[in-house]
Amino acid sequence: MLTITGLTVKFPSRFGDFTAIENVDMSIKAGEIHGLVGESGAGKSTVGAAVIGLLQSPGYVASGTLLLGETDLQALTFTQAHEIRGARISMIFQDPQTSLNPLMTIEDQLIETIQAHSDISDTAARKQAVDLLEEIGIENASERIKAYPHQFSGGMRQRVVIALAICTDPDLIIADEPTTALDVAVQSQVLNLIQRLAKQRQIAFMLITHDIGVIAQVADRVTVMRNGRVMEAGETAQVLGAPKNLYTRALMDAVPPLDRKIDRFRVPKDDRIASSRGKMAERWLLEGQQHDLTGLSVHNLTVTFEGPRTSFFRKPPIYVALNNVTLNIKPGSIMGLVGESGSGKSTLAKVITGLVTPQSGEMQLGGAVLPIGKSRNRHHLSRQLVQMVFQDPYSSLNSRHSVGDILTEPLWFYGFIKNPVERKNMAASMLSLVGMPPDAINKYPHQFSGGQRQRIAVARALLARPRFLICDEPTSALDVSIQAEILNLLKELQATFGLTILFISHNLAVVRQMADDTAVLRNGSVEEVNTTDAVYEAPQAEYTKSLLAQTPVMPPSWRT
Amino acid sequence: MSAFLKKYEGLWLFLHSPAAIIAAAVAALIVFGAVFASWIALVNPYDLASFSLFDGLLPPVWQDGANSKYLLGTDDQGRDMISSILYGARLSLIIGLSALAIAAVLGVGLGLAAGYYGGRFDVVVMRIADVQLALPAILTALLIDGMARGILPQAIQQELRVMVLTLAIALSLWDNFARTARASTFVEMNKEYVQAAIMMGQRPLRVMFVHILPNILGPLLVIMTVDLASAILLEATLSFLGIGLPADSPSLGTLIRIGMQFLLSGEWWILWIPTLVLVALVVSINILGDFLRDIFNPRLR
Repeated sequence: MLTITGLTVKFPSRFGDFTAIENVDMSIKAGEIHGLVGESGAGKSTVGAAVIGLLQSPGYVASGTLLLGETDLQALTFTQAHEIRGARISMIFQDPQTSLNPLMTIEDQLIETIQAHSDISDTAARKQAVDLLEEIGIENASERIKAYPHQFSGGMRQRVVIALAICTDPDLIIADEPTTALDVAVQSQVLNLIQRLAKQRQIAFMLITHDIGVIAQVADRVTVMRNGRVMEAGETAQVLGAPKNLYTRALMDAVPPLDRKIDRFRVPKDDRIASSRGKMAERWLLEGQQHDLTGLSVHNLTVTFEGPRTSFFRKPPIYVALNNVTLNIKPGSIMGLVGESGSGKSTLAKVITGLVTPQSGEMQLGGAVLPIGKSRNRHHLSRQLVQMVFQDPYSSLNSRHSVGDILTEPLWFYGFIKNPVERKNMAASMLSLVGMPPDAINKYPHQFSGGQRQRIAVARALLARPRFLICDEPTSALDVSIQAEILNLLKELQATFGLTILFISHNLAVVRQMADDTAVLRNGSVEEVNTTDAVYEAPQAEYTKSLLAQTPVMPPSWRT
Repeated sequence: MSAFLKKYEGLWLFLHSPAAIIAAAVAALIVFGAVFASWIALVNPYDLASFSLFDGLLPPVWQDGANSKYLLGTDDQGRDMISSILYGARLSLIIGLSALAIAAVLGVGLGLAAGYYGGRFDVVVMRIADVQLALPAILTALLIDGMARGILPQAIQQELRVMVLTLAIALSLWDNFARTARASTFVEMNKEYVQAAIMMGQRPLRVMFVHILPNILGPLLVIMTVDLASAILLEATLSFLGIGLPADSPSLGTLIRIGMQFLLSGEWWILWIPTLVLVALVVSINILGDFLRDIFNPRLR
């Protein structure tokens, strides 16, 4: 159906042409789901944009051919290309929040799209729209079609986007990260829908994603890209199961498995704490352990937020973020906390750090009472003992401060080292301990990649000599190979310094690799707490079972 | 070379923007002249002994009857136009800049605190800013001027004119800074580096000024340039209306007011030349402000 040969896309810039993708070959048959996988900057989305003819200005196709059936996509005039878009090629975007017009009902958006490509009456178009919604699994479609996008849940919205994409009966659909913004349960529904449509309607899908689990679950064939080049292509089972290319192999090594725990990920760059410059920081941290292994327990925590006020005279509705949560994190262990978005994972982290004041409940840190919320003063010992590594390494470091300023701040603030020169030396030593070159200290955060920034964030947390570390989705903004490095680093540090860690993630496979115990959170309540092995091997709660069943996995035979 | 350009992207953009270069040159020329007025100017318009009535109302050099000593002619008192404009621009700039400084310190401080603490403090500060927005700048200035006249003894009123004027202009500009600082602070408050600082137990003042302020400087700098132009214009307006500076210490606005009397009697230069200088100054500052906004907002590039 779609044949791409020797596709090269360039972006002219002030400093010469930048080649985004080079010499990409790919062919997708009707009814085939073709996975396009790679890490950020691999050029996956550029391939999709070139096919549909929506390359971001000033990018242009420098060479290569794009054939859709018999049609040469590059020979089309502007008007012809416009007609092909939508009619024969459709697109599904990542975020269903922004790809639907919030001011139009679902009905109007569907009818508009249908009528743009075929000359039929409103009534006929409406009937077709209702049929479509029923086909993609929206119950009571003739009623629901009158709703606005905000009245639908995220998964329903993404289904509507898919309905919009298929309403003109296209030959090819480009799905650019269609499930990345969705929770596991919704993701599996959307993936099933895509599979069904490919079979029933013989639509060719180009499925662009960074998630190898998704590819493994639905793609017939896969193309692996890196830095704008194709690394390996072929049958999914063959490429991912027995990768020939070095990069593909490294990528598969970095994917955390759901069904077993591996001690350390195999990464190209070994991350043992070995550098001699890091020794100073290591000694300093070990010296500072005047406190024993520090556990944390929370009892009956309840957090409620006021919802938006609907009337001046009525009290605003109450939203319960945490409902009677009790957890005990053993000293020196890693507790994994999993749950879908909105389950209250981050709220719990904020309660522990004192940023959110709970309505009721109490906490203990290392046996001593930890004052809740506002009652904890600025000089409380826990401000030093409890540190946090945040989700987004782009916003967790102050972009106007140099790395040196960021790292020496805790040393200065907690009064560990009085001399500014020694502070800087210690910060540099800590950088090498977390696997960064010490000269990074004079640079600014924007000069580093996401993974490097996350290392800097870990270094900042360590420079407070913490005993309890909260990691709130520390790798969800990172590529899978970088994720493997950071997870290795965290494991290494935990083992060396005896840290107690609360590891928060929506990714079950990652938690399996990290945690000794795992707690499953849903709508603010704890569904299940047990040792990690027990939770994954023999889940008790129905919710845990369904979460595990819906997480995409690779066949065990693909182990490398 | 390309690495150098990447590092100093602002400079590259500047060198490739003719409008910005011309605006910077014009502004620099006027500012330079104003700063070194005492050395450049032919006469001191404040010193009655340095000029003579016999030289009054001479036209610019390219017209008949001009004296080549006075390139742009003289006014009715015999003051050299160039000297008056240089001294006038100096006063205008001093008032504009100090009003801007007061407005920025007041507005950014209140805006930061409002964004940081939120809640009741935020409501109070922002409602005051809203009231300020509803009052036209000239009305605020008249109010302050009137109050100053009522409170201060006659003797020191003249000496304090500059300060009263500065304060009046500052008060009509601060709300702009407060609103922008508050909105930007709200955005920054949700970022994790601020939460990390609060978590550590750092003092609110340190979080506000060491962590948040450097990150919201971009939009504030843009407002500063645009508001500098407004401050200069406002001063000119007030002086033109006669509630600003008196005729014996003329700013650009006062010069324009004096020039008005001669508009219909053929001595056009007395009005036109200071007006053109004022327009050139304000337009070039505005162009520079636009350019700064482009630098700080990558999406507009």
